[in-house]
Amino acid sequence: MGQILEGTKSALMLLLSFDREIYGIVGLSLYVTLTASIISSFVAVPLGILLAVKDFPMKQFVVRFVYTMMSLPPVIVGLVIFLLFSRSGPLGVLRIIYTPTAMIVAQICLVMPIIIGIVYNGTKEKGREIQEVAETLGANKMQTLVLLIKELRINIFAAIVTGYGRAISEVGAVMIVGGNIRGDTRVMTTAIAMLKSQGDYETAIAIGIVLLLLSFLINSILYKLQQEES
Amino acid sequence: MEIRKWHVLLMTVLLVAMTVIGCSQGAIDDHKESGQSTGNSILLATTTSTENSGLLDDILPILTEDTGVEVKVVAVGTGQALQMGKDGEVDVILAHSKKAEDEFVQEDHGIQRFDVMYNDFVLIGPKDDPADIGVLAKNDILKALSIFQNTEETFLSRGDDSGTHKMELQLWETLGIDPKGRWYVSAGQGMGAVIQMTNEMLGYTLSDRATYLSMKHNLDLDIILEGDGMLFNQYGVIAVNPNKNVQINYEGAMILIEWLLSEKGQGLIGEFGQSEFGQSLFIPNAK
Repeated sequence: MGQILEGTKSALMLLLSFDREIYGIVGLSLYVTLTASIISSFVAVPLGILLAVKDFPMKQFVVRFVYTMMSLPPVIVGLVIFLLFSRSGPLGVLRIIYTPTAMIVAQICLVMPIIIGIVYNGTKEKGREIQEVAETLGANKMQTLVLLIKELRINIFAAIVTGYGRAISEVGAVMIVGGNIRGDTRVMTTAIAMLKSQGDYETAIAIGIVLLLLSFLINSILYKLQQEES
Repeated sequence: MEIRKWHVLLMTVLLVAMTVIGCSQGAIDDHKESGQSTGNSILLATTTSTENSGLLDDILPILTEDTGVEVKVVAVGTGQALQMGKDGEVDVILAHSKKAEDEFVQEDHGIQRFDVMYNDFVLIGPKDDPADIGVLAKNDILKALSIFQNTEETFLSRGDDSGTHKMELQLWETLGIDPKGRWYVSAGQGMGAVIQMTNEMLGYTLSDRATYLSMKHNLDLDIILEGDGMLFNQYGVIAVNPNKNVQINYEGAMILIEWLLSEKGQGLIGEFGQSEFGQSLFIPNAK
């Protein structure tokens, strides 16, 4: 208990001292997770909506596949991305292994199915109705999609935040494909894992506090938006 | 239909959650159990190199047969091994950073430090040695490191406060170089992971011989430099000060230490690895 208290105290001191390395790690975490979430959102939101409002062969199979992918273990994603992009792998020529780009690719694989799945679930009930109204009013396909996104924005936002939660809390995949290189691919989660293995609990707690604050901030934004809606 | 699907999903999530909670509870219990060392069981904190090489798996069962002492091994970096000793969480430490170990004893966290065995560090790098270290530096590690600063070849550092990392930092300090720049990659991971990264990035790194040999068959890396006296890697064993808490099993720790230093223990250490690698991975040198 004493260790936790002492650690928290020194952690707060460390945060207030504006240690450049720690803020660099926080910055990289935000860059990687936000980029992965934004790219995933642009692809996954329309896909999730289409999956809900369109009928096509094998639809049930696709839905089941998306659900399975939602609970994909990060270390498996890490392993697959590593094997694809390692020097001897089929995409090795791109030379992105051990770069933030590789970490973003891995996180997109984890985040995208989550957003697709949640958007699909939220859309399949109200989606048809909205689509029919739009079509009755003479909207084209693009206008219909925009209307759907507008009407379902709370659900979509929740999907993105859940996806983002996955990205920011993930450690296995980014450790494997990023390599936890100091000043280059070290993010908050890999830093905490590393600091723990060195017995440097104080810095680990400091970064843990930042991680928690960020999660709190993002969830507060979601909560506020939901409040405004109702 | 939809509701049932949600039920299945929910049940799955619950099941997974329960399994996870169950497992972590088990882990906590395990930890408690191992922390409360009873008469015949001790907790040893050691570095990843002794664990990864298979040495401990090889010799500890024989110790248990001989003495009845059962050893539970926690493999971490030297930094954390010593920290666990300071916190009184383990009974005995087997590490390889003599300076840090001596300080540990001086600060009264441990009773006495004993030399057990040594092996050596080697500089490994791409087979074709693009920085020409083998030719330019021969077996002079300091010269080799000073070359890295002036070339664009990548040098990977463990960067994890391990014994290997401490050794590397000491070499830079001797050189008066503060390693910084695109060429210096600080990985913050264990030896195996860093060797794998070195292989991918076609860089160079300082490795203990045992870990390198055990991974060699999967690598495009060769030993570029070896045999410098500065690369000597001494392992020491220390019993944690029993005054820290009542759970520390000092007697068990001393039985382990005496056995490691005995003729039998030292003989087993020297034999280890000879059949598989054609050479000893650790050379016993207890005094």
